[in-house]
Amino acid sequence: MEKSEVLEKLNVIFKDTLENDDLCINYATTAKDVDEWDSLNHIQLVVDIEKSFNIRFKSTEIHSWNNVGEMIDSIMAKTQ
Amino acid sequence: MTKDFSVLKKNLKKDFSGLKEVKVALLGDTATQFLVQGIRATGFDYGFDLQIYEADFNQIEQEVFDPSSNLYAYQPDVVIIFKSSHKLLSQYNKLSANKYNNLAGNELMTIESLITQITKRINSNIIFFNYPEINDSVFGNYANKSATSFLYQLRKLNYELMNLAIKYPNFHLLDISALQSQLSKSVLFHPSVYINSDMVLSIAGLPYVAARTLDLIGAMYGKFIKCVVLDLDNTLWGGIIGDDGLENIQLGSLGIGKAFTEFQYWLKKLKNRGIILTVCSKNTEHVAKEPFERHPDMVLHLDDIAVFVANWDNKADNIHLIQKTLNIGFDSMVFLDDNPFERNLVKESIPQLCVPELPEDPAEYLEYLYTLNLFETVSVSAEDAERTKQYQIEAQRTAIQQSFVNEDDYLKSLNMLSLVEPFNKFNTPRVAQLTQRSNQFNLRTIRYNEAEVEALTQSHTAFTFSFTLEDKFGDNGLICVIILKKEDEDTLFIDTWCMSCRVLKRKMEHFTLNTIVDCARLKGFAYIKGEYLPTAKNAMVKDHYANLGFEQCNGHWLLNISQYQNKDCFIKNKN
Repeated sequence: MEKSEVLEKLNVIFKDTLENDDLCINYATTAKDVDEWDSLNHIQLVVDIEKSFNIRFKSTEIHSWNNVGEMIDSIMAKTQ
Repeated sequence: MTKDFSVLKKNLKKDFSGLKEVKVALLGDTATQFLVQGIRATGFDYGFDLQIYEADFNQIEQEVFDPSSNLYAYQPDVVIIFKSSHKLLSQYNKLSANKYNNLAGNELMTIESLITQITKRINSNIIFFNYPEINDSVFGNYANKSATSFLYQLRKLNYELMNLAIKYPNFHLLDISALQSQLSKSVLFHPSVYINSDMVLSIAGLPYVAARTLDLIGAMYGKFIKCVVLDLDNTLWGGIIGDDGLENIQLGSLGIGKAFTEFQYWLKKLKNRGIILTVCSKNTEHVAKEPFERHPDMVLHLDDIAVFVANWDNKADNIHLIQKTLNIGFDSMVFLDDNPFERNLVKESIPQLCVPELPEDPAEYLEYLYTLNLFETVSVSAEDAERTKQYQIEAQRTAIQQSFVNEDDYLKSLNMLSLVEPFNKFNTPRVAQLTQRSNQFNLRTIRYNEAEVEALTQSHTAFTFSFTLEDKFGDNGLICVIILKKEDEDTLFIDTWCMSCRVLKRKMEHFTLNTIVDCARLKGFAYIKGEYLPTAKNAMVKDHYANLGFEQCNGHWLLNISQYQNKDCFIKNKN
């Protein structure tokens, strides 16, 4: 899967989980940029991403990403 | 049937207005934010607007032991306490080895004092989550042989909690341990989420826990299944009785017959605990009854079935007939049929009815039905087991009634007797149950749990009556509950008047009012005040007080007892 495809799929998950249809994320997006993306919803995002890509993140990864791009790198490393 | 959490959460934005409001307090020793969302969202699907107070993280004891805490200020109807196995384990981990075997005992004392404190201060039901197993595998299988192992202590605690639940009527266990066995630990627990957020329930498991919680809350407020409607061919036995004949239907210990036999044993247990079994089958009646009468491997017999409908009419119409005969709501009935076509037809015509999608393979019926937890209840009384018999007797009465031209002659012929008693420790479970279960003949629909019923017996300003009704056909048991409260020197208020619909049209209302008036006279009151609070289900009694001669007065109903003359009825006092 290309990085851009992962971003696209991720955007759908973000919209759904954060319940914001107008959301448009890019590689540089951080939690600070999105109102609904608080620490609680972050957990739900992680679980929804795991389910959708059929992967499991390591506990230390969950809070290691600085932006969406790094999140995608993690996902891609597991789906290669 | 259970939704994903992300789908469930969308309920939170829906319109809760008009739903039954219940105040819930949730106290947990782990992060419970998602659990709160899951419970409120699930409440929507169950018809509840749950107003949830979530205590601060890990403040269970502080909230319960401090009389001025937010918990008590909130006055919840239901208190949910969720102590986790993980916190229990970390408690165990910190003990010195010689204290390991005290863990369960100490924890149990804490829990019992939580119950007594809460019960002392507020009238609420308590839901306590038991402990899903964590096997720390320190002892291997020897854990079962050593009282100092964590597994031994955890299981002991779960066992002793059941004894606490027996001891305290308002203390209910949510069996999350059984739920974990059903779903598997890998579904219910998500280690990385636990490490990062201190949440012990996985997001995948939350909807299930929330559903079980609502099953219990639903039962507390009168929402539960009372009746099973059964198809016959390929549901109760394998094959088609009309085509295959008595010898060739599949039942007993061989092959697929075993699945049907085990399914029937399950139904029999339901019947014994008070669930009404009925039959709705597309068959010629005498052919459909033949296996019940003559097949050696049938577990269920005709006397287990309260209403037996076998004909070639539409099943939806037949279920209407059963519903009318039993006089219960469609939402308290479940329809079991192997045929997807019949299920759809019935579901579309009666949307309130619960219609499980039985698996294609009869071998899977039971396992599937177990997971649905269809038969939740918060009380069981001795009378439950007699219920089927009572409905059968009612059918006999109906037959006799048709032979009388005059209603009064018929009532006279019944030789009715009623035992009138104040609430006491023997009738408390049934009294509580009747207040919880009566939806139709219930003037104010105030629910009382057993502890609240007990409290009423101690009150100096409340007067209580329970009524039984028996006649020449049999005993209906305790069928009417009255709670009177002194409003002022002159006025006695009817706080609760509820009656089982089994005894409608027997002039039981007259007998009851005569009793209320006698009590009011004896205690020196001048007026009896009644109130009708409408619900979705009690339209039947909307003119109840008008019919009994009460006068409307500022939204209430008033009866001046100096002018009251005893109403005619054909019921004698058994006392």
